[in-house]
Amino acid sequence: MTADALSPPRTAGMLPQRRKQLLTAALVFAAVAASPFLVRDVYLQNVLILTLLYAAVSQSWNILGGYCGQISLGHALYFGIGAYATSVLFVTYGVVPWGGMLVGGVLSAAVALLLGYPCFRLKGHYFSIATIVIAEIGLLLIHNWDFVGGALGIQWPFGSDSWWTLQFARDKVPYVHLALGLLAVTWFVTFLIEGSRWGYWWRAVKDNPEAAESLGVEIFHSKMAAAAVSAFFTAVGGSFYASFLAYIDPESVMSFRFSLLFALPAVLGGIGTLWGPFVGAAILIPLTEITRSYLGGSGSGIDLIIYGGLIMVVSLAKPEGILSLFQRKAKREARS
Amino acid sequence: MSTDTLLSVDNVTRRFGGLVANANVSIAVQRGEILGLIGPNGAGKSTLFNLVAGTFPPNEGRILFEGEDITTLSSPLRCQRGIARTFQVPRSFDSMSVLDNVMVGGFVRARSAAAARAIAYETLEFAALAHRAGASAGDLTPPEKRRLEVARALATKPKLLLLDEVMTGLTPSEARLGVELVRKVRDQGVTVVMVEHVMEIVMPLVDRAVVLNLGMVLAEGKPQDVVRNDAVITAYLGERHRAA
Repeated sequence: MTADALSPPRTAGMLPQRRKQLLTAALVFAAVAASPFLVRDVYLQNVLILTLLYAAVSQSWNILGGYCGQISLGHALYFGIGAYATSVLFVTYGVVPWGGMLVGGVLSAAVALLLGYPCFRLKGHYFSIATIVIAEIGLLLIHNWDFVGGALGIQWPFGSDSWWTLQFARDKVPYVHLALGLLAVTWFVTFLIEGSRWGYWWRAVKDNPEAAESLGVEIFHSKMAAAAVSAFFTAVGGSFYASFLAYIDPESVMSFRFSLLFALPAVLGGIGTLWGPFVGAAILIPLTEITRSYLGGSGSGIDLIIYGGLIMVVSLAKPEGILSLFQRKAKREARS
Repeated sequence: MSTDTLLSVDNVTRRFGGLVANANVSIAVQRGEILGLIGPNGAGKSTLFNLVAGTFPPNEGRILFEGEDITTLSSPLRCQRGIARTFQVPRSFDSMSVLDNVMVGGFVRARSAAAARAIAYETLEFAALAHRAGASAGDLTPPEKRRLEVARALATKPKLLLLDEVMTGLTPSEARLGVELVRKVRDQGVTVVMVEHVMEIVMPLVDRAVVLNLGMVLAEGKPQDVVRNDAVITAYLGERHRAA
């Protein structure tokens, strides 16, 4: 029997490799949850929060970009919708951010479906270009919309620390756990998708649309469903970010930089994989935060140079992402 | 029309710009038979094949499957009704394992992954590819890829299987295994329509052959009659076949 043979599959229960994934996730997330009690440094905790947030949003991006193969460079739009929906609802109407998350998520999913209707008729690069343009239009609209603060943005009122309003001025640890919770949810959703009929359909659509169609897969529906799920969780990330900053303006939640930062961790770590976005974010975000604080100031563009360099290195040396290094090694060990 | 007709193509015409690829083509496929679709290059075999699979609709004419008009149905919907196909150039999902590839087909009849996996594994055993179930589809050899195409299509539990040149490029011994597989498929009650170039393989295998030439049906009948047909010899087989 060769190494490629599999024993007949179990028809009930979970596959052993899936159980192992869950166990790994539980261990990793538990370790991250405990880490702020060991690392008391507020700056490092801040970096950790951003890393977890970008890992979570990149995981959401990965659902559409990695599994379904539709490379969006406009996810800042959904992030912004989440941030703005939450801020407007909280500041103007007194709705707690938990409600804003839900509203922002649903609104984003609806916008994704609306935009998907024309955009999913475009293929490959044309789709990506359309997403960039649409996100930029969204940014301009927010800039000029006085009801949501226009270019000035929205300042959240100061209040006491509370899990209800998600405001924690004295201690960053709750934000670590919130961001981790978001990552755990997006990871688990991706995990469920990977093992479901949708996951198989989406990967089939990515690999070969014509063949997928011949096997009963409705391509358009598949892309729309992936876009809605992806947009929903991206917006929830935006809601979290707004409550974390307690002040938002168009550039700070919707600039093109965000769209890049959602795609990059997944691409760097391993596109269309469960752990790619997390691994990618764990490398990319600390690197950019540290260079930013050492090389001074924001907007100097050094971080963008680093992104560009990383992308070039990864696409030349390991187009499948960093995770593939380990997978290949594991495969070789299994064979020998 | 007899009650045993599974598929009937009724006066179908398909044009590409000024080129008429199929002109008033009519064929009927009986339940349980293996039908060979042959003809020289450019005869319109692939066009007819794609019309039945639902890649594009005909300009004129109708296509009936189990007595129902499917002329305008999309290919995913045809697949759900029981029409499956393979591609001339294998189109595997290369980022997925062989088993996962076949599972995509299995999901047409199964909701849960476990059920689709059971169908897929069973189909791989049937197609003699179970020993490669865990391999990445991109690592398969060309003959294995063709088997995967067939397995994936079979996992959708079709009533009609369309095979597009599955024997092309196979060595004689591989082709023999292919022929065995097609017979096994038919023995399961699946009707087979195959486009094929290699006459030595098609003729003994098929129950009936339809010869296309210049977008029209040139001849139709039992393989031994078709190869003796004067028009077929002139248009396709060549003079050296006349003696035989």
